[in-house]
Amino acid sequence: MHTFSYVKAKSVKEAGDLLAQHVDAKLLSGGMTLIPTMKARLAQSSHVIDIAGLSELAGIEVKDGKLSIGAATKHVDVSRSAVVKKAIPALAYLAGLIGDPQVRNRGTIGGSLANNDPAADYPSAALALNATIVTNKREIEADDYFQGLFQTALDAGEMIVKVVFPVPAKAAYEKFPHPASGYAMAGAFVAQNGKDVRVAITGAGPGVFRWKEAEAALGKKLAAASVEGLNVDASNMNEDMHGTKEYRANLAKVMTKRAVAKLGGK
Amino acid sequence: MANVNLKINGKAHSFDVEDRTLLVNLIRDHAQLTGTHVGCDTSQCGACTIHMNGVAVKSCTVLAGQADGADITTIEGLAKNGKLHPVQQAFTECHALQCGFCTPGMIMAVAGFLKDNPKPTDDEIYHGLEGNLCRCTGYINIVKAVKQASKAMSK
Ligand SMILES: Cc1cc2nc3c(=O)[nH]c(=O)nc-3n(C[C@H](O)[C@H](O)[C@H](O)COP(=O)(O)OP(=O)(O)OC[C@H]3O[C@@H](n4cnc5c(N)ncnc54)[C@H](O)[C@@H]3O)c2cc1C
Ligand code: FES
Ligand code: FES
Repeated sequence: MHTFSYVKAKSVKEAGDLLAQHVDAKLLSGGMTLIPTMKARLAQSSHVIDIAGLSELAGIEVKDGKLSIGAATKHVDVSRSAVVKKAIPALAYLAGLIGDPQVRNRGTIGGSLANNDPAADYPSAALALNATIVTNKREIEADDYFQGLFQTALDAGEMIVKVVFPVPAKAAYEKFPHPASGYAMAGAFVAQNGKDVRVAITGAGPGVFRWKEAEAALGKKLAAASVEGLNVDASNMNEDMHGTKEYRANLAKVMTKRAVAKLGGK
Repeated sequence: MANVNLKINGKAHSFDVEDRTLLVNLIRDHAQLTGTHVGCDTSQCGACTIHMNGVAVKSCTVLAGQADGADITTIEGLAKNGKLHPVQQAFTECHALQCGFCTPGMIMAVAGFLKDNPKPTDDEIYHGLEGNLCRCTGYINIVKAVKQASKAMSK
């Protein structure tokens, strides 16, 4: 690892000020992505600003039909939270599928959404549930937030404070995990509110995306059969030693069908 | 430099380390407890698993500074009064190791998840072990040991 100064921030304001002062500073939350990246010397920071313990970034609550989760909330806590299980059980289920127990004991929702790994789980939930990403500066709609491979709408110096999910009528997540890493080869998050259905696909493409043809078809009839005749455009999918574009496009469709079936839409 | 004060296996320590020091290096090089192993560079193998404030974490993916004020348990601190922890006992009896390299991390991971889920199903055991790799055993005897430990601990 390259050298850096480690600072434990005392408040969101202090962390924001430090980010503004040092252009090469990085926030540290669960460290499950940042530390491996720094160890591999893929990232270099002058300062590492630890925000994991900030009470301003903690807490899970439901208010006015919205579930809000503090940025520093660990995957393990989302997966076990009675509040999350009651409001959006699919979200608790998703959190319990991330990586492995040790990773879930440290990794956080804010870190995952800030990183926006193309195979990460949370981005699909945030996009399908039409979440709002609340930062120390503004509120960003999920549709504007995710901008492709590791890219988000966050400015340098901007910090996620919490994520607010409107509670849907129904939601389900299905993931085909890579057998070694646990990351999604393809994952589909389907959320339904009456005729409004949103489908977000992670893992298959260069970044999370909405499968709009499926949304339209499922809006008419919420049934796995509704997507049978549709296909995800394979030309935009990822291709590597683990799977071709066509394989991933098909997997995205299979995961969507399974998620819909889980919603009761056989 | 960072001044890190923490408890390891019940004993208070204070170390001055470089800011980039990993917790596993503090444990191995500074506290000289070499039971905790390093098996990879990518946070995947779990050989470095320890308990930080009672929770299983990969100590190769925690900065020493993040552990300031923490209560750490390593494999050396698991046995109490000369008596092996039930998970250690079960690993011994079920022949759940061959070369033993993964074993300290395995045992700390298992001791961690049995706290949360004292009577896991087979499937829950497989998922509970997802963060730990073993290149020797084929996992069969490790799973046996987890079941035996679970039984012993729920007596
Ligand atoms: C072995 C392993 C397996 C994994 N498997 C999966 C998996 O199956 N699915 C999955 O989704 N993920 C997986 N992950 C990633 C894991 O979920 C990480 O926890 C997550 O991606 C990053 O969260 P973190 O809190 O650890 O962030 P950190 O590593 O602390 O930070 C990640 C990035 O986000 C920035 N950041 C952190 N917090 C904020 C904030 N509040 N505001 C703005 N920027 C911030 C940091 O500066 C950094 O650039 C895996 C990781 C490992 C090591
Ligand atoms: S050494 Fe920590 S996970 Fe491999
Ligand atoms: S016993 Fe050799 S790696 Fe597990």
